[in-house]
Amino acid sequence: MQQLETLLREASDLAEGIVVPSSAEIEVERVMKICNACRYCEGFCAVFPAMTRRLEFNQADVHYLANLCHNCGACLHACQYAPPHEFAVNIPQAMAKVRGQTYSDFAWPSALGTLYRNNGLTVALALAVGLALFLAMALAKNGTLFHAPLAGDFYAIFPHNLLVSMFGPVFLFVAVALGLGVAKFWRGISAGEPSAVAIAETAQDVLKLKYLDGGHGQGCPNEDDANTLARRRFHHLTFYGFMLCFAATGVATIYHYAFGWEAPYALTSLPVLLGTLGGIGLLIGPTGLLWLNVRRNAQHGDAAQKPMDRGFIALLLLTSATGLALLAGRDTSAMALLLAVHLGAVMALFLTMPYGKFAHGIYRTAALLKWAIEKRMPNPVGVGSE
Amino acid sequence: MKQTSLGTPDVLVIGGGNAALCAALTAREAGASVLLLEAAPREWRGGNSSHTRNLRCMHDAPQDVLTDAYPEEEFWQDLKKVTGGRTNERLARLAIRESSRCRDWMRKHGVHFQPSLSGTLHLSRTNAFFMGGGKALVNAYYRSAEALGVRIRYEAPVDRLEVVDGEFRAAWIGQERIAARSCVLASGGFESNREWLREAWGQNADGEWPADNFAIRGTRFNRGVLLKAMMEAGADTIGDPSQSHCVAVDARAPLYDGGICTRIDCVSLGIVVNKHAQRFYDEGEDFWPKRYAIWGRLVAQQAGQVGYSVIDAKAIGRFMPPVFPGAKADTLEGLAHQLGLDALAFVRTVREYNAACRVGTFDHTVLDDCHTDGVTPAKTHWALPLDTPPYYGYALKPGITFTYLGLKVDERAAAYFADEPSGNLFVAGEMMAGNVLGQGYTAGVGMTIGTVFGRIAGTSAAAAAKNEGVEHAAA
Ligand SMILES: Cc1cc2nc3c(=O)[nH]c(=O)nc-3n(C[C@H](O)[C@H](O)[C@H](O)COP(=O)(O)OP(=O)(O)OC[C@H]3O[C@@H](n4cnc5c(N)ncnc54)[C@H](O)[C@@H]3O)c2cc1C
Ligand code: SF4
Ligand code: SF4
Repeated sequence: MQQLETLLREASDLAEGIVVPSSAEIEVERVMKICNACRYCEGFCAVFPAMTRRLEFNQADVHYLANLCHNCGACLHACQYAPPHEFAVNIPQAMAKVRGQTYSDFAWPSALGTLYRNNGLTVALALAVGLALFLAMALAKNGTLFHAPLAGDFYAIFPHNLLVSMFGPVFLFVAVALGLGVAKFWRGISAGEPSAVAIAETAQDVLKLKYLDGGHGQGCPNEDDANTLARRRFHHLTFYGFMLCFAATGVATIYHYAFGWEAPYALTSLPVLLGTLGGIGLLIGPTGLLWLNVRRNAQHGDAAQKPMDRGFIALLLLTSATGLALLAGRDTSAMALLLAVHLGAVMALFLTMPYGKFAHGIYRTAALLKWAIEKRMPNPVGVGSE
Repeated sequence: MKQTSLGTPDVLVIGGGNAALCAALTAREAGASVLLLEAAPREWRGGNSSHTRNLRCMHDAPQDVLTDAYPEEEFWQDLKKVTGGRTNERLARLAIRESSRCRDWMRKHGVHFQPSLSGTLHLSRTNAFFMGGGKALVNAYYRSAEALGVRIRYEAPVDRLEVVDGEFRAAWIGQERIAARSCVLASGGFESNREWLREAWGQNADGEWPADNFAIRGTRFNRGVLLKAMMEAGADTIGDPSQSHCVAVDARAPLYDGGICTRIDCVSLGIVVNKHAQRFYDEGEDFWPKRYAIWGRLVAQQAGQVGYSVIDAKAIGRFMPPVFPGAKADTLEGLAHQLGLDALAFVRTVREYNAACRVGTFDHTVLDDCHTDGVTPAKTHWALPLDTPPYYGYALKPGITFTYLGLKVDERAAAYFADEPSGNLFVAGEMMAGNVLGQGYTAGVGMTIGTVFGRIAGTSAAAAAKNEGVEHAAA
């Protein structure tokens, strides 16, 4: 009887356009209610304090909390209700599953959201397309991939304007797709107006990866309950490596347009120095993350998302490795080949950005900003003390 | 007969919760070789300690997570009050003083502290909370113990002790004999021994065995095997053998390990009826933290060991959210129907209560002036009529936290046989908590006793093992 009622209700909800929650969302709601009656993990991260501001967890709350979770793993090992307990509370896993779902649900255009589901394949395809494209272009232009040394003059192979006309639109597309996705997410979780302090705090939380410190500064678990700062450090190397590479490109663009200084730049020039440093960071960081990912406790996170994690890591590694190889070989006759491979990797990285692991940074930042806003408001739930 | 491999340890620690770990770590730090036997498999290790959240600490000035001051005298007075004087002042003061010194040591072994949790502001002065709760603490201690070279065996339930003239010789697991120079017993109370609980709670006038309907809030491994073994060996006991700390939990709580989250905290905001839909006690007698521990017993005394906490929409958001959703209905009849109560009787009870409510200025944070007049039992505070649907109801049953029966010890944590201290057998934690806490309870004092006497027992056991080693060498 009750089942029938539930079915009827769901049917009428559907008819009225109310979204029926997924099993992953229902699971987060279930475990959050247990946590809310327990609260032992309040000190680890922002998820639990955010939880205590709620008595019910609607779909928007679930999306918000799932993206606020950094999958650090601390609350799984500390949980008195973790499996084999019959309550089977596994917060990092429940959150990861919803996170994966939000990435595809909020993707723009929504049809491409499915790319997340087979992300290993997506990345492989993007890579194949990127490589084929640039190799073919190089071949078409020169008739051969090998040539007399060109003293690092990339533009002899791919003219500057051609590169700009290829990467510019892709970059723009990435920004628009991620922007529209996260805007929809933001509206969904009805986050409110960010103040300057809230923004500043969010920036700090993101740049320092505050919530990978375990709440006590000693880091978070990886393969077992031992705390390690390794994940945070390798992530820093990856993130800042990426930003340095980005800065290198930015400086080079300024040189090009503002000063008319064209590449190739000397090894001691700012763009090359930034790029080299960034490339090294982007080599060590993802290598470390991959190593940690392989050794990671099987109960942390969502196993189905490992291909996405590793696909992204692999692309980052390929980008940095080919970039550094290009730097080393830019005066040789293999420069065209090295350049084509590097640009192919970069193209694949950019193409998959809105539909892969990269999105986690964007959505998590949004969730952190919401947290920074809401924690400054009075707690709507004033539970008496027991 | 099998002897344990790797030689005879100096110190054998029996148990795997906070007290056992504190003893093992301290004995190891004192240079002893240590073997720890935990009855539970690894994934269930840690006993009741893994369900805890804080320890009560004396301090004379604000300290990291502790606000203000909680001086020795105040702590002592609190203990004296809650135990009704059933405490040993010397041991109690020892525990209190040591509680002000143990946290650095705990940190050294990987325990982290956090400020009092939301909804527990009243404990921010007296209690230091473990970040992640007791399971995180237990994990940290096991990790540290392993790193220091403490040998740990899981699924090692000791079933017998070999004690000769008050001296420990060996512990037995089935056919396996495990000898050691000294021993620390830290294997908890007997709360998960159903037969023993049955015996302790007896049979009621209706012929029911109330204990059959109890949930055990903690581990299923505290079966009191070694308490019984020690009693048979002639050890001196302390604490009321028939008493347990007993709170009202959600009737859907699991049989074991329901832990903290199954508590129902809305009693003082509404009324509680028994299965005949009658009220039976003043729900607003005092603040809930001061009263939650009597409601287990109150419910245990009702027919079927069940009670129903009923509130209306006004109470929502004023208490810690319960783990299971309550029954919910727009009418009192509907709620009675869902709870399986006689609707007529239930509605009459609520009407009588509502009519008796003398509403003044409701304030849940003080003993306010909302009370009843002309209804028995009276509700002396926070009495608001149940008149705002939807109505919610939660079925309650008794949940046992721990038992009070323990072994008598002295300030070296030595076990006693006919008023004589043992030279090499020590006791820590719940197994001897009755020395300090003969009855009653105040939040966090269980972990204080376990930590302090665990460390004392570890020190004593290491020293005793060294002495015995010397005697052996001399012989
Ligand atoms: C839900 C709940 C919440 C609590 N919260 C708090 C709190 O916040 N603060 C506080 O101070 N106190 C709290 N307590 C009380 C606290 O749990 C105890 O005071 C404390 O844990 C006792 O520690 P212990 O090491 O003596 O016993 P336990 O932690 O119970 O350890 C006993 C150990 O002995 C093992 N064992 C049992 N029999 C044998 C055997 N025959 N052979 C080998 N091993 C055996 C068990 O497996 C277990 O590992 C709480 C209790 C419960 C149930
Ligand atoms: S993860 Fe487990 S221990 Fe932590 S708050 Fe949730 S239920 Fe409590
Ligand atoms: S996994 Fe880490 S970040 Fe996520 S909820 Fe648990 S403690 Fe917080």
